[in-house]
Amino acid sequence: MNLPTQGAARRESVSIALAGSGGAGVMTAGNMLLEAAAQAGYYGLMTRTSGPQIRGGEAAAMLRVSTFASDSQDDHCHVLAAIDWQNVNRFASEIPLTADSLLLGDPAQGEPPASFTGMGARYAPLPLKELAKQVSGGWPNMVALGALGGLIGLPADALERAVKKSMKKGGDAMAAGLAAVKLGLAEAAKLDGGFALAPATRGGKRWLISGNEAAGYGALRGGVRFVAAYPITPATELLEWMSSALPKVGGTLVQAEDELASINMIIGASYGGVPALTATSGPGLALMSEAIGLGVAAEVPIVVVDVMRTGPSTGIATKTEQADLNIALYGLHGDAPHVVVAPNSVSDCLSATQWAVSLAESLQVPAIVLSDQYFGQARAIVERPADSEIKSERLRASDNAPAYKRYAITESGISPMAIPGTPGTMYTADGLEHSERGTPSSQASDHLAQLEKRQRKLAEIDCAEHWASVEGKGDIAVVTWGSCTAPVREAFARARADGVSARLISLRLLAPAQPARFKKALEGVKRVLVVEQSFSGQFYRYLRAEYDLPAEVQSVRRPGPLPFRPEEIHQLLLKWSRT
Amino acid sequence: MNAPANVATLAAKDFKSDYKPVWCPGCGDYTVLASITRALAALGLRPENVAVVSGIGCSSRIPAYTTCYGFHGVHGRALAAGTGLKVARPDLTVLVAGGDGDGYSIGGNHFMHACRRNVDLTYIVMDNHVYGMTKGQPSPTTEPDWNSKLSPGGTGLREFHPLVIALAAGANFIARAFSGDPSGTASLITEAIRHPGFSFVEVLSPCVTFRPEQRAWKEAVRPSPVEPTDDPARAARRLMTDDGFNLGVLYKGTRRPYAPPGRASHAVADLEKEFAL
Repeated sequence: MNLPTQGAARRESVSIALAGSGGAGVMTAGNMLLEAAAQAGYYGLMTRTSGPQIRGGEAAAMLRVSTFASDSQDDHCHVLAAIDWQNVNRFASEIPLTADSLLLGDPAQGEPPASFTGMGARYAPLPLKELAKQVSGGWPNMVALGALGGLIGLPADALERAVKKSMKKGGDAMAAGLAAVKLGLAEAAKLDGGFALAPATRGGKRWLISGNEAAGYGALRGGVRFVAAYPITPATELLEWMSSALPKVGGTLVQAEDELASINMIIGASYGGVPALTATSGPGLALMSEAIGLGVAAEVPIVVVDVMRTGPSTGIATKTEQADLNIALYGLHGDAPHVVVAPNSVSDCLSATQWAVSLAESLQVPAIVLSDQYFGQARAIVERPADSEIKSERLRASDNAPAYKRYAITESGISPMAIPGTPGTMYTADGLEHSERGTPSSQASDHLAQLEKRQRKLAEIDCAEHWASVEGKGDIAVVTWGSCTAPVREAFARARADGVSARLISLRLLAPAQPARFKKALEGVKRVLVVEQSFSGQFYRYLRAEYDLPAEVQSVRRPGPLPFRPEEIHQLLLKWSRT
Repeated sequence: MNAPANVATLAAKDFKSDYKPVWCPGCGDYTVLASITRALAALGLRPENVAVVSGIGCSSRIPAYTTCYGFHGVHGRALAAGTGLKVARPDLTVLVAGGDGDGYSIGGNHFMHACRRNVDLTYIVMDNHVYGMTKGQPSPTTEPDWNSKLSPGGTGLREFHPLVIALAAGANFIARAFSGDPSGTASLITEAIRHPGFSFVEVLSPCVTFRPEQRAWKEAVRPSPVEPTDDPARAARRLMTDDGFNLGVLYKGTRRPYAPPGRASHAVADLEKEFAL
């Protein structure tokens, strides 16, 4: 990662927020700006924040456009443009500004709220509505798109291509859009911005993808062909993407009546030999917990993607948090070993989900993927994720296997699974404790043997380097997971520029824990910062329970939805490096 | 039997496993099991191509008592598991079986939506108006004044009417059987399996332990005096005035079953085009 040189004439990274009330089209314009950045060869990330309204209500598209790839938001926002200021002040804590930031707003909509001007930002009035009126069918959001594109130095043709790609229907609407963008561009030229980006370096193949789409595509690559779905924010887009993708590859999605149904449907499908997945968020995961335990006991592979939002209970449905770690790790009753995997970048939503499918299938066990709203609903310009060499293979019983025992005690703990339709190997899959044949058993010896078998399957996961992203050297380590990895990575790049080296350990395999691998990764480390987005320090407590840590450990945590900013972590690293 | 396995005609006994049921002597579920095995034999099916799916309760133990593929899941979710299995594997014959507590109480929501969804499977409920496995608590079909330790003096709640609910929710085949009439039950199950879409067979299956008075059911039941209808309005009128003891097919609908997945038209790798810049 190349880093922004502060104060340079051309910037390596610019952050923009476009806000407005419902129907103002801020998400549409934000998506077009991201597309234009991609057309111009930049990297970019767009996250969103919105109020609770179903339709209407305030919303903000938050974009970061840069010459380098990053899944992190920057420390502050350089330009906040508002179509109107109605309730936009509710986002003040999510859109930090500085004295160098620029506020763009339509004077016809009033002055910017004090919550923003109070941060010292300059205000430049821009009559969006009036300008839009100059074009027949013109919209203020398209004028804003042009102005923002111009301010950050995107070429006019990149904006034009983005508009054409988004407004596929063409016709008058597209012509009006293009004309309004041109007006905005002309206005930008009049503004004293200083926000122009350095030239982009075009690289290899890139994708524009959301974390939810990436997880869905990873599931397909892993072989998932059955999905049961119950809508829940912020996982719904994953399910919707799969609904149209699955039939193309011979799979199917069933909309279930509730999460209890969706989890049991995927268990039924997978029992039938078809790799199966569902996606949900915290409230749904809580409902699914009983049946995930059935998957453990009956040894039926399934994958559950939890796109985390703030909790407990309904929490803040539209905003991110990393506080489902405890329920994912410990939420099942009984001793129920299973797999928990967490992606640590938007594109890793693909790889981690594909890996989870493969682990579930090969170990005949449920796997939970802990994504979150930040990754799930972020759209990012990323390098095309490499084709994975990880295969999803379930050990199957052969036709008429002699003296077949579904739950045979084996050295690896894995026993061949008979798929219905296979002659001569009929058995009953059971959540009741059972003998090797699968017949219900209340005997202590069978219980112990099956507990040991199920534990043994997970003891020696062949996970090579996949268990964690381990980056950098030094005697200070930051241990983190999931979306917190993004600001930590950027802080590390800044620290490197200061000549400070540290080690990043971002866990991708949370269960089963990998103490031996962790110990090796931590060799020579004297001090550890644990970074997570949970109020109670769930990840810190998990590390304390499962791993040996050096004497000096600091828990750096906060609840959602406010993200860590790279500079916070950077400063902590600097402070520690000096003491 | 010398004939090769793939052409042999199987008898009912070939569908019955050698496991000894946990059921009490005299339990109605024994004859339901016998009726299911008879039906499977009559249909010329092979045990490896049949899956019997259940939840929790006395009757939900039934999968392992067959020689078919079995799935004994969690309480109340049998229809969900069966639905996932049948949609993913339309080539299999899927029977879902269980009791009134499993199906109408904890699983009530799945029951309604399975009727609506109309996946081509057969749901057999062994209804004895009581939770037997937990030793005698009232279920949704229990009479309001039935006294029990958990609900002294009775629940005071009106009974759930599974057949009316099934009809209203869109089940495509609705029948009532009595475990004391194994051949009648077998033929109703046979017909239910043959009928496309969601087929529901409610079997009155006495609990001789906690509801010994149900032994009198054999005097109360009678063949339905009218022919099956495909008119939901007529079926509704009949079921609403039914005393719960008319046996036979009570409704036979013509709705199209839930469509299974089609063939793949794309390779997985083709789908990345939508993300590529």
